[in-house]
Amino acid sequence: MDKAKPILRGAEIFVRALKDEGVKHVFGYPGGAVLHIYDELYKQTEVEHILVRHEQGAAHAADGYARATGRPGVVLVTSGPGITNAVTGIATAYMDSIPLVVFSGQVATSVIGNDAFQEVDAIGITRPCVKHNFLVNDVKDLAATIKKAFYVAGSGRPGPVLVDIPKDVTANSCAYEYPATVDMRSYRPTVKGHPGQIRRAVNLMLQARKPMIYTGGGVVLSDASAELTEFTRALGFPITNTLMGLGAYPATDPQFIGMLGMHGTYEANMAMHQCDVLIAIGARFDDRVTGDLEKFCPHARIVHIDVDPSSIAKNVPVDVPIVGDVKQVLGELNAGLQETSARPDIADWWRRIKDWQAMDCLRFDRDSKLIKPQQVIEQLYRLTAGNAYISSDVGQHQMWAAQFYKFDKPRRWLNSGGLGTMGFGLPAAMGAKIAYPEATVACVTGEASLVMCIQELSTCLQYHTPIKIINLNNRYMGMVRQWQEFFYEKRYSHSYMEALPDFVKLAESFGHVGMRIEQAAEVEPALQEALAMEDKLVLMDFITDQTENVYPMIAAGKGQHEMHLAPGSEERELA
Amino acid sequence: MRHILSLVVENEAGALSRISGLFSARGFNIESLTVAPTEDLTVSRMTIVTSGSDAIIEQITKHLNKLVDVIKVVDLNEGEHIERELMLVKVKAVDSSREELGRLSDIFRGRIIDVSENSYTIEVTGAGDKLDAFLKALKSEWILETVRTGVSGIARGEKAIRF
Repeated sequence: MDKAKPILRGAEIFVRALKDEGVKHVFGYPGGAVLHIYDELYKQTEVEHILVRHEQGAAHAADGYARATGRPGVVLVTSGPGITNAVTGIATAYMDSIPLVVFSGQVATSVIGNDAFQEVDAIGITRPCVKHNFLVNDVKDLAATIKKAFYVAGSGRPGPVLVDIPKDVTANSCAYEYPATVDMRSYRPTVKGHPGQIRRAVNLMLQARKPMIYTGGGVVLSDASAELTEFTRALGFPITNTLMGLGAYPATDPQFIGMLGMHGTYEANMAMHQCDVLIAIGARFDDRVTGDLEKFCPHARIVHIDVDPSSIAKNVPVDVPIVGDVKQVLGELNAGLQETSARPDIADWWRRIKDWQAMDCLRFDRDSKLIKPQQVIEQLYRLTAGNAYISSDVGQHQMWAAQFYKFDKPRRWLNSGGLGTMGFGLPAAMGAKIAYPEATVACVTGEASLVMCIQELSTCLQYHTPIKIINLNNRYMGMVRQWQEFFYEKRYSHSYMEALPDFVKLAESFGHVGMRIEQAAEVEPALQEALAMEDKLVLMDFITDQTENVYPMIAAGKGQHEMHLAPGSEERELA
Repeated sequence: MRHILSLVVENEAGALSRISGLFSARGFNIESLTVAPTEDLTVSRMTIVTSGSDAIIEQITKHLNKLVDVIKVVDLNEGEHIERELMLVKVKAVDSSREELGRLSDIFRGRIIDVSENSYTIEVTGAGDKLDAFLKALKSEWILETVRTGVSGIARGEKAIRF
């Protein structure tokens, strides 16, 4: 017998493989089909299991962990309702290309297809929202499949991978060896950019008179912030980030002109509309960014860099496509730019942008006695010196967080951009805090989103994750209400939150600290007090102005230049 | 425009559903899809007939390539190619129609592969329009049942799909 290869049961192989993969944390919930695995987890301390209170929370927490660290988040759930509860979290990760490895228990191979207790077709249910999934039929395939799952999840365009493991596979034994490498003939992502395309892109950039750099989550995912910053500074071009791309370029840098899209800044959207060369990097021309495609960047020649060929020319035709890893391609572009000292003169273009910036499109009423949600985020930014990890849920508060928290570093902004999943914020913040226990982690949320995964307050107590919850409580599903105000003649159909809990008592009942803040003047001292309680989870219930809307706004189906601005903005001729 | 895509995919459970699921989820057309293992039992060869503008076909090819089980995708329309389809038609064959069915089958290079007292089963292969023409040549009241495999395609000449 080969001494180097011990004979192990499937459940032991599972835990050994996680250790060999370097996994430190698993977010999960036990059940019948995974009991052998849980028994093995019990016998060791190297891999810490975080017991969530609902499987959706497990997937979001692992997702927040992955967004903050760049390492795949790991989830372990049982068969049937265990995996179906996790599906929303898997789909959330899929839409934002977040690497997750999700392990689900399955009924024994002998009864698959027999409608056994807690059986669902996990492979079938998750197929449209995973990068790939595997059913492990034989314990001999288990270790290699786990290796492949981590490889596929983290490489190329990252994404969630599901591994479905029948119970008998975790009971059966075989020789264990964790593969050192993976080679899959059917999966070889392109990394390096095509040299000819790189040259064409550099030439186009140097001819620009009104250039624009537009970058997305791909820059964050590929850890390419340093390369992007070098590139942008070398050219002196204005840059905008998508909601998913915030932090990839320092928001406090003068070349950064704000987020773009539906709730982007006036200057970013106007510059997009009028630019003559658009350099899109790790972004996917989402409808929340482009608005009406017919009116999108009508004058621009477009360079698009993306690791996923199917993202290129999906929504918008592209002049210079470059398939490759963003970090690698930016390095190649930077090398190309170093070969020439020529730089286009874009002083006129910058003067134009400064004019747009003078609109001050994010201004709000700073003298209000009612708490303005923007004010809360501004103070949070100031008091955390821009260094906190900020998760958000979905809606108005998410947009205000994106607009008013200036992210200078990548992986600090954790939000469900693609799927728009309410309930994401609290578990995601918990995941980030588990990854970085020393860091300040805040969840910016609203009273509607927060209750969607509120049960995770219990997990936060058990694993001591003292995050700060900033509940911007306007007693409405704010974004729904805003659309109803604008487009449905103020018929506020079911967007009003009746019968809300007392959030202070709710926090206290979970063993945490609750605070209610009702006056604008109390915002700063309350935040200071909460942030000073470093070892306590504090749920801060800010009673905010119910009528506040998010501006600027591009209504669905409108062009980038057709923005609603805050009431009282001077009407400007759109040049 | 109609395109014939030739795919080499891992011969694994679930590969087919990933591919058909991609077409339904993204609203792409499938006119026909055929699949079977090859001499290399680790792979299956699939032929998909689809249609769409050049931009749509580009997206279909890119998305197919992105699937982890797909090893290679070739658009046969990019070069000269041959397509064939096999059809089995069960027809009512009594009295005088038996002779006529025999003649028609010969004209279309078909073969009668099963005979009963009152029926023939005829096998015809060829491009889709030839099979259509054969069906048209039959009186509709003769036809009891028709089964078609969908198109298989391959490039002309020495060009072969390697992976």
